[in-house]
Amino acid sequence: MSEENSKVSRRSFLRHAGVAGAGVAALPLISNAQNAPPISESEKPYVPDGAQDVRLNINGKNYDLKIEPRVTLLDCLRENLNLTGTKKGCDHGQCGACTIHVNGKRVNSCLSLAIAHQGDAITTIEGLGTTQKPHPMQKAFMEHDAYQCGYCTSGQIMSATALLKEPCGKAAGDVREAMSGNICRCGAYKNILEAIQDVRGV
Amino acid sequence: MQSFGYKKAGSLDEAARTGADGIKFLGGGTTLIDLMKLEVERPKALVDITALPLAAIEKQKDGGVKIGATVRNSDLAHNDYIKKNYAVLSQALLAGASAQLRNKATTAGNLLQRTRCTYFRDPSRACNKRVPKSGCGAIGGHNRNLAILGTSNDCIATNPSDMNVAMMALGARVHVLGEKGERFINIDEFYLLPGNTPEKETVLQPGDLITAVSLPALPAGTVTSYLKLRDRASYEFALASSAVVASIQGGKLTRLRFAMGGIGTKPWRNPEAEKVLLNGGTIQDAVAFFLKDAKPQSENGFKVELAKRCLTHSLKNALKA
Repeated sequence: MSEENSKVSRRSFLRHAGVAGAGVAALPLISNAQNAPPISESEKPYVPDGAQDVRLNINGKNYDLKIEPRVTLLDCLRENLNLTGTKKGCDHGQCGACTIHVNGKRVNSCLSLAIAHQGDAITTIEGLGTTQKPHPMQKAFMEHDAYQCGYCTSGQIMSATALLKEPCGKAAGDVREAMSGNICRCGAYKNILEAIQDVRGV
Repeated sequence: MQSFGYKKAGSLDEAARTGADGIKFLGGGTTLIDLMKLEVERPKALVDITALPLAAIEKQKDGGVKIGATVRNSDLAHNDYIKKNYAVLSQALLAGASAQLRNKATTAGNLLQRTRCTYFRDPSRACNKRVPKSGCGAIGGHNRNLAILGTSNDCIATNPSDMNVAMMALGARVHVLGEKGERFINIDEFYLLPGNTPEKETVLQPGDLITAVSLPALPAGTVTSYLKLRDRASYEFALASSAVVASIQGGKLTRLRFAMGGIGTKPWRNPEAEKVLLNGGTIQDAVAFFLKDAKPQSENGFKVELAKRCLTHSLKNALKA
């Protein structure tokens, strides 16, 4: 780190100390109460001072970023990395448009903090297939016309591909239940279901 | 969202020592980050506990099970030992949220899930739970989804969890690491009634870290089940739900616990209602006793009848009556 950067850090720390100090100041008191060793500098929760170094592995590639702890994985993908295939719908975990895979499991990226996912293998729709060689699920969505406006589609496809590896019954009702976290305002559900069952060979 | 500090805890000891008022532990974040975006929650710092060794489901020697705090809801629901021995828990988990949320949400986080009351979630509205002594917009307001049991003049918010209802019926024990070391809290004593301090929802103290939840071994011949009634078939909070854990040995009901969700300010259990059945009374009498103190609000009177039918159905199935 350059000397200038560290100076900025210290100044910023002083500026923020009045706001953030209260929470941190309480820590040593609790430590004393239980006769535990005092908390070292490295153990203290980070007090915001702007951006932090964060390394993310997305679609097999490492990205080094400087972002604030409050940046969600969704915003990081879209705003910092220009990976805009992942969509922002409700931003509150209710619509599923932001669904991505973390270590192979589907999650809502809007309720995930980017900083908390260092070391995880993140897959977005951009990492699933290419225009030349689409993932079988992407192909099935095209063949079954499983969308209208297309806004929820990447989330639907990310959910659908994760579903292939999850315990899910064969019946249409089982798939509907497993896909209920992805809302489609156009109502393309019938064709989405057909596309998924096609890929599953049901 | 407000700025906050972030630290990934490297050890259990470190997490426990950094816990304090104004600092929140981050598990799945499905409730916490949602509420931070709404500025209902404004922690100074988050201590991320997902790297701690708290993600195991351990079968105990006595046949019980210990579930780590950060075990994801989906992993718990699909665990073979849970499915076989505690079906009600698996069913309750799978009845809640969506597949992608269940992949994030943790066991301890679910225990602390906050209410879906719209007045609580909207900082422009009056809410005693969010801002003590600021009033309650829900009383006389939009309260269709809110509680009919355990309410007070200050708060009628419902506990939204499905998992907690199953935990209550199973008689779970919450393992907590706090200022004075480890302690265990029976789930029956874990949740508080709102009274005139609805901001206080559990007996946890600032800085307390939930490390696990343990379930007792159930005797052979135990039947468990979860029934959830809601506005749509999937991905919706309960209007009424019931969890039943009944042990029948030699044709006789020897052990019974049941609880309801969607209708109470906490996951609702009434041991006296269980005694009605254990003492040879009828399901009708037990259900009537369970709901005798129900106090409907302006929009949720239907819940009294819905809860009655929900519980009756569950008990009939469990007891094959």
